[in-house]
Amino acid sequence: MDKGLTLDRVAIFRNGTPLVAFDRHIAPGEVVSVMGPSGIGKSTLLSVVTGTLPPAFTFTGRILLDGRDVTHTAPHRRMVGILFQDDLLFPHLSVGANLAFGLRPGGSPAERRDRIAKALVDVDLAGFENRDPGTLSGGQKARVALMRMLLADPCALLLDEAFSRLDTALRAQVRALVFARARDRALPVLMVTHDAEDAAAAGGDIVNLGM
Amino acid sequence: MKNRLLPVVPALTLVAMLGPVVAGLYGTILPAFGHLPAAGLRGPNLDAFRALLAWPGLSRSVTLSLTTGLGTTVVALALVMLLVAGWSGTRAFRLLERLLSPLLSVPHAAAAFGLAFLIAPSGWIARALSPALTGWTNPPDWLIVQDPLGLTMIGGLVVKEMPFLLLMTLAALGQTDAARARQIAAALGYGRTTGWLKTVFPRVYAQIRLPVYVVLAYGMSVVDVALILGPNTPPPLSVQIVRWMGEPDFTARLLAASAALLQLALVVGALLVWRLSEVLVARVGRLWIETGHRGTCDGPVRAVALTAGTVAALSVLLGLAVLAVWSFAGYWGFPDALPDAFSLKSWIRHGHGVLAALAETALIAGIVTMAALVLTIGCLEAEYRHRRTLTQRGLWLLYLPLLVPQTAFLPGLQGLLLNFGADVGRGPVMLAHLVFVLPYVFLSLADPFRAWDARTGTVAAALGASPDGVLWRVRLPMLLRPILTAVAVGLSVSVGQYLPTLLIGGGRVATLTTEAVALSSGGDRRAIAVFGLMQTGAALLPFALALLVPALAWRNRKGLQHG
Repeated sequence: MDKGLTLDRVAIFRNGTPLVAFDRHIAPGEVVSVMGPSGIGKSTLLSVVTGTLPPAFTFTGRILLDGRDVTHTAPHRRMVGILFQDDLLFPHLSVGANLAFGLRPGGSPAERRDRIAKALVDVDLAGFENRDPGTLSGGQKARVALMRMLLADPCALLLDEAFSRLDTALRAQVRALVFARARDRALPVLMVTHDAEDAAAAGGDIVNLGM
Repeated sequence: MKNRLLPVVPALTLVAMLGPVVAGLYGTILPAFGHLPAAGLRGPNLDAFRALLAWPGLSRSVTLSLTTGLGTTVVALALVMLLVAGWSGTRAFRLLERLLSPLLSVPHAAAAFGLAFLIAPSGWIARALSPALTGWTNPPDWLIVQDPLGLTMIGGLVVKEMPFLLLMTLAALGQTDAARARQIAAALGYGRTTGWLKTVFPRVYAQIRLPVYVVLAYGMSVVDVALILGPNTPPPLSVQIVRWMGEPDFTARLLAASAALLQLALVVGALLVWRLSEVLVARVGRLWIETGHRGTCDGPVRAVALTAGTVAALSVLLGLAVLAVWSFAGYWGFPDALPDAFSLKSWIRHGHGVLAALAETALIAGIVTMAALVLTIGCLEAEYRHRRTLTQRGLWLLYLPLLVPQTAFLPGLQGLLLNFGADVGRGPVMLAHLVFVLPYVFLSLADPFRAWDARTGTVAAALGASPDGVLWRVRLPMLLRPILTAVAVGLSVSVGQYLPTLLIGGGRVATLTTEAVALSSGGDRRAIAVFGLMQTGAALLPFALALLVPALAWRNRKGLQHG
């Protein structure tokens, strides 16, 4: 019960009115999909986990990560990874520097370069270190964003409509890659989506909000 | 360290911006009521006001302040609105838009000199038309510049305030869905201008109300443009206040203080009248909308608006050109269109003085702008981290230093500084400049800073970057272009400051602007041209760099090239 991501009786309120309630443990390697129409508070639920809840909202309950209570931890100390529908690569940094931003500090410069090169090989982007992220295709950007997140060694992964900007063929490919990498590392994954296909491909439990 | 400082930055900013204004007003009120302990005078009494009322030039001075301020605002606002209504989205409009930044950064004094050199009886226009069309072999004896009604002064202010109002309008248009409103109006059979005025103008005006008030307050109390283009017997009230401040005896100082309070009352009164007129215009406008008139004279109105916009832009640009010609002119007799010879003589003669003034100008502008930038980023970052956005009331505070006339609080501030034994000079001048630079830097940077996608910050934090790390490593680099633009705005505002430099510097801080304006009474056109051009260059160069540096720094970064 200790390992994994737990949303312990989380209830979110908008200006005092109840919006979403969620109570669930996600085991390492498990994917839980949250579905529901837009505006129901799916993304708001994720912002409670990352610690970036907008000021109009309040919440009760606790967030536990591998047994640690992170409910009031600063966002950058939670070790919770998140992917949005946009890649949000930093436009002023090269692909390699984006990955170096994610990679935890430590190791010699050569070792760090090596890990970044390996990460790029891992997603079929060998030799892309010096490329401008603005020149990559949508699928390439999505893969760089995934590796950047994984290099930060997160303890859980959140997916906020992460595949909805990709076209159908690419989408299945990127989705399979993300789930495979998450399973390899035994990450608990919480995905919000409005696409039943995403949820089906995840193969885990599906929670419907607002129905 | 930074984290502990950050929460106090907004308070510090308010003090830096409003402290001198409040202190200056306090320092004006005391001597206005006869209280000036330094001179052994104890109040309160109304002697200064009685003396002011007894001054024979008072009613003319007051009238001039009102007509120049209201005239400038009405004309500039009307022309900008008609220009945007009739032409936004066209090729001609895009050309004017491209001229906007350079026009905006030309200092008021330089633009005023350029205009004077163009339209004076011995100016470039008269020379170009003589003797072929006019038959003049000597300049006619007409009082065009410094005319008693202040019309030339209004013209000089209008050509400089139009770019400012246009910029504010363009920023407001982005939030008003103007393009679709125009399409709907056109589909319903409305002419371009009429449709815009009936659908978009009310929304745009609500957004540019405060900038319009700034133009009104500025036009009523400006000093440097009034010295160059305005009438002088008697001059507008603000110029008379500065004259009294410059006189050695203390009764003149009391007179100046009482006149400064009168100036403040005039501006407040004019703003109230303007506010009431807004209500009236809105009511008339609603009646006009209800008539359903589709607009019949849109064509001529469009033509007038474009002509006026072109004339305004040309008078600044040609003014700079004539300054350039004068600065290199050898002998230039009337009515020759160009000098007999060009030489570097004027530049060499004034080279030393110009460089010294440039160094002083750059030092003050650089330090003041950096301070303003640090405070602004501190405020915006504190707002972001503590998730508190500026309220409408906060916005008023930001505009307050621009609405209180300079002539109302700077004399008092100078008096206070002298009372406390604080030496007038460069340091106090910088603090006074900061009052005016801060709001402009803040207004320039606030929108781009807030428009930054907060999810980028969430991702960076998820990658383990601390709040400071997100700011320094992600947010500021991504915002390089707007930050440099804000710096350029700050520098050009500081370069253009006349009255704070003159009064708080006690006449001992010589910047390009104070030197250029001081030359205006002498009539040495070559010297004026050299200083005016340098002043323009000092304000313009930072804008060029603000375009160039990001283009070079991010030349390999596609995502940042169209900011």
